[in-house]
Amino acid sequence: MDFPEDYKYTKDHEWVQMSGDVATVGITEFAQSELGDLVFVDLPKVGASVKQHGTMCVVESTKAASDVYSPLTGTVASVNDALTADPGLINRTPYTEGWIAKISGVSVAEIAGLMSAAEYKALLGK
Amino acid sequence: MNVAEKRDVEVTAMSARTGFGVSRFAERHIGPREQDIKAMVSYLGKHSLAELIDAVVPVAVRSSKPLQLSAFPVALSEHEALLRLQAMAAKNIVARSFIGMGYYDCITPPVILRNILENPGWYTQYTPYQAEIAQGRLEALLNFQTLVMDLTGLPIANSSLLDEGTAAAEAMAMSLSASSKATTDKAAPEFLISDTLHPQTIAVVQTRAEALGVSVKVLPVAQFAFGSNTFGCLVQYPDTTGAVSNITPVIEKAHAAAALVTVATDLLALCMVKAPGALGADIVVGSAQRFGVPFGYGGPHAAFFATKDEYKRSMPGRLVGVSKDATGKPALRLALQTREQHIRRERATSNICTAQVLLAVMASMYAVYHGPKGLRAIAERTHKMAGAFARLVTKAGVKVVTPAFFDTVTVDLGAKKASNIAADAEQATLLVRELSDSQVSISFDEAKGIDDLVALLKVFGVEISAPEAERAVAETSVSIPSDMARGVDYLQQRVFNSYHSETEFLRYVRRLESRDLSLGFSMIPLGSCTMKLNATSEMVPVTWSQFGGIHPFAPKSHSCGYQEMFKELESALCEITGFDGCSLQPNAGSQGEYAGLVVIKAYHESRGESRRRICLIPKSAHGTNPASAAMVGMEVVVVACDQYGNVDLEDLENKATEYRDTLAALMVTYPSTHGVFEEGIRKACEIVHRNGGQVYMDGANLNALVGLVRPAEFGADVCHINLHKTFCIPHGGGGPGMGPICCGKHLAPFLPNHPVIDIGHSKGVGPISAAPWGSASILPISWMYMAMMGGDGLTRATEVAIVSANYVSKRLEQDYPTYYRGSNGLVAHECILNLQGLKAEAGIEVEDVAKRLMDYGFHAPTVSWPVAGTLMVEPTESESKDELDRFCDAMAMIRQEVREIASGKIDPSNNPLKNAPHTAAVVTADAWDRPYSRQQAAFPAPWTRESKFWPAVGRIDGVYGDRNLFCSCEGLVER
Repeated sequence: MDFPEDYKYTKDHEWVQMSGDVATVGITEFAQSELGDLVFVDLPKVGASVKQHGTMCVVESTKAASDVYSPLTGTVASVNDALTADPGLINRTPYTEGWIAKISGVSVAEIAGLMSAAEYKALLGK
Repeated sequence: MNVAEKRDVEVTAMSARTGFGVSRFAERHIGPREQDIKAMVSYLGKHSLAELIDAVVPVAVRSSKPLQLSAFPVALSEHEALLRLQAMAAKNIVARSFIGMGYYDCITPPVILRNILENPGWYTQYTPYQAEIAQGRLEALLNFQTLVMDLTGLPIANSSLLDEGTAAAEAMAMSLSASSKATTDKAAPEFLISDTLHPQTIAVVQTRAEALGVSVKVLPVAQFAFGSNTFGCLVQYPDTTGAVSNITPVIEKAHAAAALVTVATDLLALCMVKAPGALGADIVVGSAQRFGVPFGYGGPHAAFFATKDEYKRSMPGRLVGVSKDATGKPALRLALQTREQHIRRERATSNICTAQVLLAVMASMYAVYHGPKGLRAIAERTHKMAGAFARLVTKAGVKVVTPAFFDTVTVDLGAKKASNIAADAEQATLLVRELSDSQVSISFDEAKGIDDLVALLKVFGVEISAPEAERAVAETSVSIPSDMARGVDYLQQRVFNSYHSETEFLRYVRRLESRDLSLGFSMIPLGSCTMKLNATSEMVPVTWSQFGGIHPFAPKSHSCGYQEMFKELESALCEITGFDGCSLQPNAGSQGEYAGLVVIKAYHESRGESRRRICLIPKSAHGTNPASAAMVGMEVVVVACDQYGNVDLEDLENKATEYRDTLAALMVTYPSTHGVFEEGIRKACEIVHRNGGQVYMDGANLNALVGLVRPAEFGADVCHINLHKTFCIPHGGGGPGMGPICCGKHLAPFLPNHPVIDIGHSKGVGPISAAPWGSASILPISWMYMAMMGGDGLTRATEVAIVSANYVSKRLEQDYPTYYRGSNGLVAHECILNLQGLKAEAGIEVEDVAKRLMDYGFHAPTVSWPVAGTLMVEPTESESKDELDRFCDAMAMIRQEVREIASGKIDPSNNPLKNAPHTAAVVTADAWDRPYSRQQAAFPAPWTRESKFWPAVGRIDGVYGDRNLFCSCEGLVER
């Protein structure tokens, strides 16, 4: 399984990629493989404020509906509308085309508290 | 005391009486023969059945007294039971009902009656989870959805709900969760209901609203005011007085205030009245009863629920969708299952987990039988009868007050009293509805003829001959106001326009039936579902007119036979559970849970302890439990379990103490969802009681308790009983069911009551179902079962169910170790087979084994519940040892196939398991390029040569279907 080195991770299997002060957020390779083929992503609303570890949105496979938690506190700046037509993007390319939302106004302290790829791999026992 | 010894004495006494050891019917109900039981017991290393039972059922919970049913001290034979029930049924009076109120007489086409309602090929199946062997009823349900979508004018409809009242309550709950407002407001969310709805619908919604903390206002539509906290409203047309009015203004008003509009309506009316969807309604609900399903003194009937596309993911209930199979052929299966309670648990907005499949199938077949023109003709005839009556009755000097109507006319009697007219009508065995002191309403339907019209007019003092009445009806013109009139713009699909000769229709019904694996073919070993025999003698009374032909709101003096049967059933259920009170109202296990929790809530409130809102639920509980708790506004606190699903008593003690001031209840399944008699149950109940809570026992596994353990004795306060599991009501392919509750004396006053019919329970919580006794017409099934089994037979059934489960567990132990056994090394009435290792060993998923079983002619056990990667097997007492052996052989052969994959002898991806199930089309195709033979694919075991069940489609692609949702029969390309 692949876990990009320059990304940050949460224990709830979300990833964060920082670009300037905007955080791009998605779910990890491990999370998508556990969920199986996704059939629906209930995207968050642009402009909504999200709290760290609070529910950001729901993803559904044929077997499970799972909450995706926001890795950081901030405001939803944009969402990946392509997931509406093709939720399988998360299964195929979880770290790139399968991103879920971009969050702005995040705090440096919260980012520092996230896991590195090595720490996340250790958590999974990989 | 030595329980075993005592039981042996009992059995000997019985033997002397009947010469069989147990009643003669029990000999037929129970599958294994006497010598088979002995063989199984000895295979399990025990000397006697009693020794085995003593080892399985902990002494701490074992009931000290054997089961005696006071209503049935001696088990009756099939013939005797039918005679006794016939005598009871004869005390019911089948009158001609003009009551209406959501229940109308109709004519069940005999071809549907005999070939569907009375046919085990349609009524014995379980919910269509194994879709490849359930394509027949899935197609019939897709037709039902199409029917509802077309008539309501909305783009999506589910495959039925329990009744109109609960469908309306579901609509309110869905409006609350779908609405973006209300929850952010400080004031209680508000829901408006028109005062011209059927009274039972209003009351069922009120019960549910009260539990959810929703404030309900019942008032005339003209006075609807949408405040900032008003999230929805509920209106009805034709309304309860019969009036058909254009509701566009209220819809506009509601939408301007961002509130959702639910419309309750009638499918036959919609054959000539404008569809609510066309007027802008967000949700449309109602009953499909009059599409060929008898009154049944209240049920079972299929309710419908349709909504706009944007709300499909919040829609309650089962939804059938079109997908494709492994060869790309269209195939049906349940869609969007993640909406459902078993997955969402306490986040679910509904606990509904069942439908009324058999009745929805009947209603859809009624539409297939008549077609759009036939339905329109029935609607017009009914409308004209009402029109003729409205014109003629004015000759009696009374006034018709419904300006525009479909089938129901309200008459103002002026100086005359409504009660006098009703009494005169009753004299003539006609039933009319007293709307007020001076008003009555009259509803017409398909079954009413000219003689009925003549007799009715006579009651009002209008004398008219039959030919004159016939002429009057013929001369009546359609009088639906032009802004509400509708043409035949519905049911243009091929299926509703193809089968109008009986030969063609019968073959269509049989074609669909042949695609479903039923108990008529082989065992359906679903764990937790208790797929036992539904004996023909139990089913026969269901279609007697003295049970089927009674309107639920007929005077109680017309249902004396029913009342007598209810009393005997209630007393038997109380004797079995050890409780004092019983309500037969809940229409499903989920409804029973909801009813039980509402009762507990009312009990706490009556003691000034309304703060008690915490519901403890073990982690291993069925998902419906937390969903039910959330539905009554309780907060769920999860209690830890050990890895085998046993309640962690220490965690329970800690949580109960922590919440001692707010603890409302513990919900616990017994025997546990893992199929084991937990020894700590008595202690668990004691902990909860000590901290002020009540214990709700989920009765899903009651088939392991009857005659051996009484829930009341170990400390439960209330439990539901799935009559469709333990007491032989067939599963109907996914409904009907019945989930009555029994409770202790302290809770009994709070049991559900009813707004129209007095059924007692002074402090009742209100109705939780539309009809006073739920689905009354299927209660004779459970009555017959108990009458024919008696206390001894029922106990014997429990014992054999336990023996059979342990036998299967042991026979398969080398191939599939049982996931968990009790401390005695034994299971209760079901066993969980562990398949978790197969993935690492051979890349095989539990689903592959489930699908491969179809090639062997079996329905899979419960897949991945309660533990992922397992199969839960519940053989029940009705399956013979031969059948159990055949099933075990099939499982063992599949295990061998898995080993061959692991050893490299068979290809890891192109093998009989991954490609299962194999259809006739696949194995007879010209090309066969698989590394195994066609014979191995389709005839892997000797018995498949003797009798082969061919799955209609190959493995279904669930992902494709959920990504491309299609839920009407237009999605089916002709096969």
